[in-house]
Amino acid sequence: MKTPVIKADHLDLVFQTNDGPVHALSDVSLGIGKGEFVSFIGPSGCGKTTFLRCVAALEHPTGGSLTVNGMTPDAARQARSYGYVFQAAGLYPWRTIAGNIRLPLEIMGFPKAEQEERVARVLDLVDLKGFGRKYPWQLSGGMQQRASIARALAFDADILLMDEPFGALDEIVRDHLNEQLLALWARTGKTCLFVTHSIPEAVYLSTRIVVMSPRPGRITDVIDSPLPRDRPLDIRDTAAFLEIAHRVREGLRAGHAYDD
Amino acid sequence: MRSLLPVLTVVMAILALWYGAAVMLNRQWTLDQATRAGQDLTLAQIVADTMAQDRPKLPAPHQVGAELWNTTGAMVLEGRALSKRSLIWHGWVTLSATLLGFAIGTGAGILLAIGILHNRAMDMSVMPWAIASQTIPILAIAPMIIVVLNSVGVSGLVPKAIISAYLSFFPVVVGMVAGFRSPDRMQLDLMNTWSASPAQVFWKLRWPASMPYLFTSLKVAMAASLVGAIVGELPTGAVRGLGARLLAGSYYGQTVQIWAALFAAAILAASLVGLIGLVQRITLKRMGMAR
Ligand SMILES: Nc1ncnc2c1ncn2[C@@H]1O[C@H](COP(=O)(O)OP(=O)(O)OP(=O)(O)O)[C@@H](O)[C@H]1O
Ligand SMILES: [Mg+2]
Repeated sequence: MKTPVIKADHLDLVFQTNDGPVHALSDVSLGIGKGEFVSFIGPSGCGKTTFLRCVAALEHPTGGSLTVNGMTPDAARQARSYGYVFQAAGLYPWRTIAGNIRLPLEIMGFPKAEQEERVARVLDLVDLKGFGRKYPWQLSGGMQQRASIARALAFDADILLMDEPFGALDEIVRDHLNEQLLALWARTGKTCLFVTHSIPEAVYLSTRIVVMSPRPGRITDVIDSPLPRDRPLDIRDTAAFLEIAHRVREGLRAGHAYDD
Repeated sequence: MRSLLPVLTVVMAILALWYGAAVMLNRQWTLDQATRAGQDLTLAQIVADTMAQDRPKLPAPHQVGAELWNTTGAMVLEGRALSKRSLIWHGWVTLSATLLGFAIGTGAGILLAIGILHNRAMDMSVMPWAIASQTIPILAIAPMIIVVLNSVGVSGLVPKAIISAYLSFFPVVVGMVAGFRSPDRMQLDLMNTWSASPAQVFWKLRWPASMPYLFTSLKVAMAASLVGAIVGELPTGAVRGLGARLLAGSYYGQTVQIWAALFAAAILAASLVGLIGLVQRITLKRMGMAR
């Protein structure tokens, strides 16, 4: 593999809480190469969100090392290395869709003309052309989530961190967005880290699937996907697809995740 | 329009109760007068008299209405709108102190809220003092403020405005601290991922997010300001302002005048709060927050 974009080495994170320490990440080692699409799957509380937040420098590991684009996560954030998409779209109700996408650009001090041009470009990228002047409440949940992805793409970060971005949407919208996300990924070549609870979603999207298990949060399996990069939705009925899905399910079970 | 009928019904009910109460409360005086004069009154005469006394215990609505008209509209028609006998003039005296106090109180309240937001020491220390300040009865502290300021040569509008500010900063502090803290963790985290500066977080997230809270606190603050200005007019033995009208009315037992001043104050308060409501609607609509 080329030098990894994200490299975690024996990463440890212990939260000190009122009911004692919580071992959210334990001995997590993982390298993610440029242009990969890596999904994180595992039962609730296994540290998926925590790992993403560490990459984003929103949380600081208590042990081990983590580099993003060869820098510390803090430096990587300063260098605008990543865009973060949360489970909820989190658009500001007082800004239009275009205004919301412009927000990070304003904060980062892009010139006015370039802001407009970038907003137009990413709106087009997520198929929201013509919705720039609408307010968030005028859009459906799926469209809002697409707008939040556009917002994460606007400043050309080459890493996209997504924490259950489609978790709150119904299956049909979700399928549609998954297809669009793949197309977007193919077009932009970004490195994607994607947290999900859905096995089919993980298999459909990823070049690699990281299976995690809780208490303490750790990686139990890493599955490389042999599926081609070009994936129509009906690839989900092929034997190869079902085979990987099966392996993921086995991996989840092996983590004794659902014993209790 | 559909709400007109229920509203009218409630108003009619209040008026009916009010007339009833006026008859009950003023009856004794009518009967006493009649006994003294050795007259025998019919029920109709009693009722009529209870509503036409000079100094009733409780003036009837139409008496208050007439007094209000005589001291406002009628004087405007005579071209004496700003004479010292006009409620418009007295109202303006009170209004100017109210508005100045409201401006000072709101400004101070917002600044304090910003301080509380960004400074841990202020967070711990300011709020208890602010709460304590509001537990002191304003009637106790108003004369002190007036006297102290008078002794350093400040009188008239400013002391009243300071009492107004004293009452109005509190709802603004409480409301704005809540408003500034209303963005959730995710919205703050997003700002973090863009490495936003504290100033950017404030102006682009906390300030706009606090707008609904701002207008709610402004409404409370405006009403409190008016109360402050009126209370500030009481201890000076003042001759100007709605408070002075209340005081003079109670000295001379002019209940009609008291009630007219009370209503003028209520109408003033309602208009001011209504005005803020209007600005609120326009602002939130322009911000896209009203649907
Ligand atoms: N700020 C925090 N303080 C204390 N404990 C935390 C904090 N954040 C997460 N944790 C704990 O760390 C563990 C991992 O949490 P995390 O949110 O990463 O799980 P997750 O895999 O994202 O779960 P889910 O699928 O439910 O989103 C949990 O036990 C959680 O309670
Ligand atoms: Mg999570």
